[in-house]
Amino acid sequence: MARPTLAVWKFSSCDGCQLSLLDCEDELLAVAGAVDIASFLEASSQVRPGPYDLSLVEGSITTPHDAERIKEVRAQSKLLVTLGACATSGGIQALRNFGDHPRLMATVYARPQVIATLATSTPISAHVKVDLELRGCPVNKAQLLEVVSAVLNGRKPVVHTHATCIDCKLSGTVCVMVAKGLPCLGPVTHAGCGALCPQYARGCYGCFGPSDAPRTTPLAQRLLEGGASPGEVRRLFLSFNAAAEPFQQEAERHVDPDHHR
Amino acid sequence: MSTRTITVENLARVEGEGALTLVMEQGRVTQAKLRLFEPPRLFEAVLQGRSCLETPDLTARICGICPVAYQMSACHAVEDALGVKVGGALRELRRLLYCGEWIESHVLHMVLLHAPDFLGVPDVMALAKVAPERVKGALAIKKAGNAIVATLGGREIHPVNARVGGWHRVPAKAELEALLPALRAARAEAEQTLDWVAGFDFPAFERDYELVSLKHPREYPMNEGRLVSTSGLDLDVREYRSHFVEEQVDHSTALHSRIIGRGGYQCGPLARLVNNFELLTPGALAAARRVGLDPSCRNPFRMLVVRGVETIYALDEALRIIGSYAPPEAPSVPVTMKAGTGQAITEAPRGLLYHRYVLDEAGLVRAAQITPPTSQNQRTIEEDLFALGGALAAMPLEAATRYAEHAIRNYDPCISCSTHFLTLRKEPGE
Repeated sequence: MARPTLAVWKFSSCDGCQLSLLDCEDELLAVAGAVDIASFLEASSQVRPGPYDLSLVEGSITTPHDAERIKEVRAQSKLLVTLGACATSGGIQALRNFGDHPRLMATVYARPQVIATLATSTPISAHVKVDLELRGCPVNKAQLLEVVSAVLNGRKPVVHTHATCIDCKLSGTVCVMVAKGLPCLGPVTHAGCGALCPQYARGCYGCFGPSDAPRTTPLAQRLLEGGASPGEVRRLFLSFNAAAEPFQQEAERHVDPDHHR
Repeated sequence: MSTRTITVENLARVEGEGALTLVMEQGRVTQAKLRLFEPPRLFEAVLQGRSCLETPDLTARICGICPVAYQMSACHAVEDALGVKVGGALRELRRLLYCGEWIESHVLHMVLLHAPDFLGVPDVMALAKVAPERVKGALAIKKAGNAIVATLGGREIHPVNARVGGWHRVPAKAELEALLPALRAARAEAEQTLDWVAGFDFPAFERDYELVSLKHPREYPMNEGRLVSTSGLDLDVREYRSHFVEEQVDHSTALHSRIIGRGGYQCGPLARLVNNFELLTPGALAAARRVGLDPSCRNPFRMLVVRGVETIYALDEALRIIGSYAPPEAPSVPVTMKAGTGQAITEAPRGLLYHRYVLDEAGLVRAAQITPPTSQNQRTIEEDLFALGGALAAMPLEAATRYAEHAIRNYDPCISCSTHFLTLRKEPGE
């Protein structure tokens, strides 16, 4: 049987999610033996035309050109899996969605009019059908390997959607919110990182995006009661998954009086 | 007469998206356009109104390959604004984190991205068939570097532990000592990797670059030092903006860095080595001499050999730091918000990374400037392509294309890092 063909694509992103594949030092050569890497520009100058059995897509859509390019990628791909916060929720560059776009552009570029860019950063699913979304900023290596392995074996990948808070309890970490009063998004954040931040004595900053049915409002209430300012609550929800609906909606309930714009 | 155009629509084995167009007429290059078309991500704009304490985690997302560099430059720049000093073991741990990133990033570039050019194969998978032991060894070194970042920071990419004032949590001595066996094995392997890459064929190509790096009186530079160059620059990093500008070129939105009154310059491993040669560890110094590297080197094609030497240095330094580590009493020093302006430069694997923040009295960012190493090197990369014109013109088109790409990869360009949108630059007079 022919090995399944794999393609890796980049849109607006930091490269970190596809780097996760090259960071699988122990598994890289085995993966390369099990799949036929047909297109992976960051790793190889050999690029073959589609169709592809599995496309891994990193990054969000922020330019008119990319809004077209993703359609071509979809047309060439049997299965399309998005990698990470940018591809799944628009990423940190979706912070532009909350600002005045011409003004943001003028802050960075002297002649913004010559640059073709969209006023919003949107996830891949806003443009084409996505078969599976992997969360995280960056994705978890083990989850990435699980997806590739599931596709190879024709089964459904096991990716849990519960809150990070549960993983934290399972790991036996003392709650940083209860014990230290630190703001923590663990109760509303999608699992996948292994509850890293509390193990490093800080609150979760939500880089895996909203969990299944997140109750953001009681959490925000608790943060305010704990002394956080509305601006702090707003900023906490507006980071790497700012455009994920539950986070965006919660953020918009809190006005940031400190904000200068 | 004969006009030839080399076009590479998508540069491979670089971080991010870029394209190349070279036009050659009568044996010389008349146009070199290195077009970096990474979509703009507007970091400097969206940082406005954010807390300065968020800048290390937010700016890390500019680059998944060198997030530690962004975290370090952001921490130091904010600390400069707030008048915070981080010393002792807290400072040593920052250096250790940086060692981890230098190791993983350098080996990624040397073996996975650049070595295929020298051996005429498309990628590391093909390389693993012709040099299996070297690839396996390199992956083990890379893993050891990543293990430092993951132990100190929780994960390899976008680690979570560094903060303004120090760390969220400092490791126990035993956590760091667990890294020692893999680091010692990597240290031995790194000598072999260095000898291997030093044996590649290097084109006889040199230019009289102005090499710019940090310089510290006692240590090979990572987190701090004065800004020096081979043409006599010797500045406090706070003077950066008085001597370096980012500018737009006609018919272009490219923001190229330039030294005022002089022009292009080179930052990165070669600049660090030349300006700090005597500060290498004895082991790294001996390795450098063995492979014929000294401060007179001006051949950009040998930059991967320099990365090999710096990998040995970073492993030596990591072993030293872990060996002498005693956990500090507190994971961070107190930080109090106040208005001010802060600046810092640290040495990312690819070179100088400048951050500047203007903060208000609540510690919110009013203005941010971030200048990554690839923006600083872009002018120099294009000038290299012009200088290679004769050699490129004499080659068949396909070989010339490969050679031009190879010359670009000398710099390990990180296009994702280019927070500014860069596009074609035309030569004057054309």
